[in-house]
Parts: sequence; C-alpha cells; structure tokens
Amino acid sequence: MMEDNSPKVISDKIPFYRDVRFLQVFFQILFLIGIVLLAGFLYSNMLNGLKKQGLELELSFLRTEAGFDISEGIEYESSDTYLKAFSVGVVNTIKVSIIGIFCATFIGFFFGIARLSSNWLVRTIASVYVECFRNIPVILQIMFWYATMLVLPAVDESISLFDSIFINVQGVYLPSLEGTAGLIPWLWYLLVGIILAIIVVLGLAAFRYFFEFRELHETDRPSFISNIIFGAKWVAAPIFLIVTIVGWFLTPEVPFELLQPELQRFGFVGGMNFSPEFTALLIGLTVYTSAFIAEVVRSGIQAVVKGQREAARSVGLKESQVLRLVVVPQAIPVIVPPLTSQYLNLAKNSSLAIAIGFPELFQIGKTMIGQTDQSILIFAMIMVSYLIMSLTTSAFMNWYNRSITRMGRSK
Amino acid sequence: MENIEITQEVKPPNTSKGPVKWLQNNLFNTWYNTILTCFALVFLFFVFKGVFSWVFIQAKWEVIPANFQILMIGPYPIEHVWRIWIVLWTLAVLLGLSAGIWKGLVLRISTAIAGVGLIFLLVPLDIVKNSEAEYATLEFNINIIYLIFFKRRWLLGCLALLVGTFFIGRNKNGLKKWIIGGWILSFPWTMIMLHGFGENTVSTTNWGGLLLTLLLAAVGIVACFPLGVLLALGRRSKLPAISWVSTIYIETVRGVPLLTILFMGSVILPLFMPGDFQLDKVIRAMVALTLFSAAYMAENVRGGLQAIPQGQVEAAQAVGLTYPKTTLFIVLPQALRAVIPAIVGQFIALFKDTALVFIVGLLELMGIAEGIVGGNPNWQGYHVEVYVLVAAIYFIFCYAMSYVSQKIEADLGVGKH
Repeated sequence: MMEDNSPKVISDKIPFYRDVRFLQVFFQILFLIGIVLLAGFLYSNMLNGLKKQGLELELSFLRTEAGFDISEGIEYESSDTYLKAFSVGVVNTIKVSIIGIFCATFIGFFFGIARLSSNWLVRTIASVYVECFRNIPVILQIMFWYATMLVLPAVDESISLFDSIFINVQGVYLPSLEGTAGLIPWLWYLLVGIILAIIVVLGLAAFRYFFEFRELHETDRPSFISNIIFGAKWVAAPIFLIVTIVGWFLTPEVPFELLQPELQRFGFVGGMNFSPEFTALLIGLTVYTSAFIAEVVRSGIQAVVKGQREAARSVGLKESQVLRLVVVPQAIPVIVPPLTSQYLNLAKNSSLAIAIGFPELFQIGKTMIGQTDQSILIFAMIMVSYLIMSLTTSAFMNWYNRSITRMGRSK
Repeated sequence: MENIEITQEVKPPNTSKGPVKWLQNNLFNTWYNTILTCFALVFLFFVFKGVFSWVFIQAKWEVIPANFQILMIGPYPIEHVWRIWIVLWTLAVLLGLSAGIWKGLVLRISTAIAGVGLIFLLVPLDIVKNSEAEYATLEFNINIIYLIFFKRRWLLGCLALLVGTFFIGRNKNGLKKWIIGGWILSFPWTMIMLHGFGENTVSTTNWGGLLLTLLLAAVGIVACFPLGVLLALGRRSKLPAISWVSTIYIETVRGVPLLTILFMGSVILPLFMPGDFQLDKVIRAMVALTLFSAAYMAENVRGGLQAIPQGQVEAAQAVGLTYPKTTLFIVLPQALRAVIPAIVGQFIALFKDTALVFIVGLLELMGIAEGIVGGNPNWQGYHVEVYVLVAAIYFIFCYAMSYVSQKIEADLGVGKH
C-alpha cells in the first residue's frame, strides 16, 4: 500500500495489475459485462416466460379495436383503436397537469408570500395550510376529495354560486365561452391590430434609433430592444386595443357568448362540466403541490440576502420597488429549479387518478394491459410517455433558468 | 479621536410588552394589515364553524373504535400481537440507550418518537361509545385512567422503557459498540419476531395497517440511503461507464411516477423471473420503494457532493489517502452534513409514498382504510371519517419528522446569513 502513495513517477516498471489506467478500464469493462449479463438473464427469462404462454411481442395490436369505453376526454368511441384510446389518456393527463400546474402556481405563490406577511394571523393561517397539506399523502387527499364529491347534493338540489356555477354529485358545472358567427370577422380585426401594432413599433424604434438619438454616442444610445419595449408600451398596445375594441362593435354579432349551464330534464346542459373524478384529482393535486410551491417561494424569497433589501431601502426605493427591482429578480433564479421539479411531481402524481378512476394515461394503460397480452410493450409505452413529458419540461425549464440567470446575475 | 463626546443619550428601544401592544404590532400596524386581519378573522370563523360542526355533530366516529385494531395492525392475528409489542419494546430500549449515549440528533429523534407515542397513548380512539352521556360524566375520566393503565399498558410500558433506558444510558460510552451491534441485529430480530416460524408463522399477507406502513417506510429509508450514496458517487465518477449507467438509472426513475415502478414489480417483474420463482408481495413493494427513492436520494447527495471544495479532495490525496478513504472520511461526512434537511425531506416523501402500495394490493394503512369503507357493508358512507383519521396518523408521523429536520437545520446553522 505504501508504494502506491509515494511520489514516485509512474514508470513502465509498475506491473499492469497495479497500473491505475489499466485498472480503471478493467473495472469498467467488468462492470459493463455484469450489467449486460444481468440484462441478458432477465431477457432470456422473459422470452422463456412468453414462449411458455405462447405470446409474442408485437405492436400491431395498437391498430385493433379497443372495445372499452372511456368516460371523458377527446372524442372517442369503443370501436376506435387502442392507439386512439391511449392518446385519449395522454391528452387527459396533459389536461389535468396543465390546469393543475396553473392553479397550484397561483395558490402556492399566494401562500408563500402570505407566510412572509408581517400580519401574524395571515402568516399563521398560511403556515397551517402548508404544514397540513404537505404532510398528508396526495393519494389520500385525492380520495378524500373524491369521497366528499360523492356526498354532494343531487342534481336538482345543486349548490349554486352566483347562479352560474353549479356543484352537485355529478361534478362542477361552469359557464363557458363559446365563439359565435361573429368570431371569424373579429379574429380578422385582431390580426389587423397585431400587424398594425408590429409595423408601428418597428417603425418607431427604427426612427428613434437612427434619427432621434443620432447625435448621441453609440454607447449612450438606448438599445434597439429598449426602443421596441418603449414603443410597445406607449403606442402599440393602445393601437391594438382600439382596433380590437372597435372591431368588437363592428362585427355583426358579439364574437363570444357566455353559455350558462342550465338545469333541464336530464341534468345540466351547456357550459363546461368537470366530472367528480376530474374535480377531485384536480383539487387534490393542486392543494398538495401548492403547499410545496409555497415553501419553494418562501425559501426563495428568504434566500435573498437581507443586506440587499436594506441597501435598496437605504438608497430610497419604495417598498414596492424594493420587491420589484431587487428581491424578485434575485429570488426567481433560486425559485425556478425546485419549482420545475414540483411541476414534474404534479404531472407524475396525476397517475394516482387510478385510485378514483379518472381515465388518464396510466389508467387507460392498465385497462389495455388487462385486455391484451402485450403488458411489456404497453408498460414501455407508459414509461416512455412520462419520460418524454418529464424530459421536455425539464429541458424547457433549464433553458428558461439559464436565460434568466444569464440576464440578471453576475457570479 | 479620543474626544468623542456623548451629546445625546439614546433611549433603549421600546420593549413594552403586553397583549394590546402585541396585537398592535402584529395585527393592526398598518391600514392594510387591519383589513387583512378582518378578512382572516371572517375566514377563520367560517372554517372553524364548519370544522367544529362536522367534528362534533355530523361526523359518525363510531367507525373508528370499531376498526381501530385493524387499522393499526391489519389482519395480524390477535393472539400473536404480543410479538409486535416485544419488537417495539426492544426498539424502545435500543432507542432510549442510544439517546442517552449520543444525545444531540438521536435525542431529538427519540423525543419526536416519544411524542408520537404519547399522542397515541392519550387520544381515546379505541373506546367504544356506549351512551351519549358517557362523554360528559365522571365515568369518562375514570375510563381514561383505565384506558391508559390497563388497556394500553403495553404502550405505556414501551414509553416508560424509552424514558428509563435514556436515563440509564446517559454517559455510558462503553456501551456504544453493543448498541450499534444491537441496531444491526434489530432488523432480522424484527422480521423473525413478526414472521415467526413453524406453527407460529404469520405470513406477510397478514401484515397490515400502520404496522406495515412503518415497516415499509423503515426498510425503504434504511436501504435507499446507501444505494443513493453509491448512485451519487457513481454519477460523479470519472469512469464513463459507471457514470453513464448511474445517470441513466437516476434520470429514468425520476422521470416516471412511483406507480409505474410498483406496477412493474407486481405485473412485469414476474415475467422476468426464472421458472415459477415468485418474490413475496411485501418484499416486492419494499424493493420498488427502495429503488425509487434511491434515485431521489442520489440527487440530494450529489447536491452535497458538489458543495465540497475541490481542495478537500486534493488535500486528502496529498496526504496519501486512497479513493475509498478520501470518499469515506473526507468527502461524504461533509457532503451529507450539508444536505441533511433534504435527506430528511426525502424520508418524509418516502413515508407518504408508502400509501401508494395499496394500489398493488397491500393492506397497509390506506389499504385497510379502503377495505373498511369500500368492502365492509356496515361501514359504507363512512369514507370521510376514516380518511380523516388516516390523514391525522400520516400527519403526526410526517410532522414529527419535519420537526426533527427543522431542529437539525437550526443546529447546523443551515440557511443563516
């Protein structure tokens, strides 16, 4: 052992079994052989098992008729193919994830900031909310909300909020925005407004850059981008608004109408309907994740060194400016990475819908496994779908994180 | 410089205290805080009103005492319950002695555990309500004493042992080796006691309730830690084969939900096993939980490893330490110390994740709860009551863990500027 560590120059005299370079390669090869052997062992077992059951792995089953019903989601009939059924599940997963992420971010930021309030009562309520909901398993929360959905009043005794939101045992009914015949003409006005605004902004920016500030030295001139932002704020936004608002009145019919859910003989008609399963899943995921997001936001804001706030106050910034110009820009790079993993957790936790029967990716995959004999392939499809969602989300958030850290921070 | 004169005496800051002053400072210091306080009070009024009327009037709590035993231990045969208590007593002795010897972190953990035990001792969950009046009379008070000293004498003994051995173990440093040995032996001891052999076997299909939840969590926590450390070291290794394999493993596992891993264990794994060999259901769930949380653990540990300055490793190499020695004695102690809060957070997550195994048919706490409200016709429509109790149990354990974590964080001075 002692010679190993003595400061001798490595020479050819060292036997090969003591040479670090040889050993490194040797152990890596050994490691890889071990992994390949294990994989081979499992694979041959699988082939044996499949042969014993007389099965073969093939993807062609995806084009055969699925034959099971799916309670909600994009258009689908039981005579459609397995592939179509699977895609319904994917869309449902994405739908609940996106709505859930949106709500959880909103609620999470609200409680995260409330935990830092100077008001003791507000702070305490926020702490209790966070501690309660993040210390209870999300599956239990989802099932709890589902159980409460099922004891809601019957359809004709619905709880009504403002006469437009109805809650009953069949779920939640919300008013929805529907396009009318006036929608298409109005979209043209919208397009004209956008084009007009872009032309004006670019023109104005170019004018200011090349003529108005011509006398200034290059380094003193406001950059082209800041000219665009200036123009967008003061000129383009009003133009766009005027065109679209005028367009709203010029179209033959108001482009949108609010469809109220109405109680008819066989339940509510019109508007948007969230099924009890969807509602329970959404509430459970949102509440659970928002508790974690609140913690992320709180620790992100607290990570901004106290001296920064004090310095900002001492140069005379108002409290709102301290937040907007000093604290938030420094907190966001701290918040984004853990926030991303919370978003991913929410998307992955949507698979727990299997406990209450909301037809998302995992639930439909499991039904398919039960009906066909291609369990391995379907399983691979499920895993790959989740992996694609996770990897794209984290790639996007990494890109975003890099772009904001580059912008405002010198390390 | 010497001629500094005190021109003005600065009064000490106003430290006057009192409830009115406190209210003024914390609730009504600005106009918007006053408005917020009013809103919060209205909100609290409605929440409390709803909660109280549900807890004391609407909720039908009789479902809890009737099913308390099955919620705790599942279908474990009642005549063998003493074996569970023996295990708990053994663990209490070990924990008490360790707390006395090591103090610090171990003491905090045992305090938290004792707190959880105390809650279970005092909350009258398993009294059967004979009449309405019983709650309001003196009889009820006698019942509580009866409950603690007779019905729960095992638990009481367990707590007494914990406290007693703590005082015995104080400053007995000579016992250290024996205690460590005892902890290592405690796992096979637990398994043997719970499972038994010969005629007295209680097969794993009869394990359930809180017992199984705790067992799954304990095994997961103990097993995922070394695996996670190895994966983290592997991912940071300079050898490309090892680092690639570790990275692929970590990212794949973190990219899919735990449910897929659990289902893989129950649906796919049997296909990969030779012949008719079948792993036990409980063991499969334990393996799945361990493999899943090891990937997350690895990422936490990696965060700690990245925080170690390169100079530490170089200094260790300069004094002639080999790679294993550098890692074990220089890098890991510092790295792990830095990420203890994250690691405890992962343990809490693992504890909550054990709730998922009921989906693959295990009868842990959630599985039992589902069995009561879904399977037993007597108790249909009692969902909310049972779920609230189960939630309270999970909350107590998770909150105890996060309390320990916060204390450690404070001890280590993490997050102070």
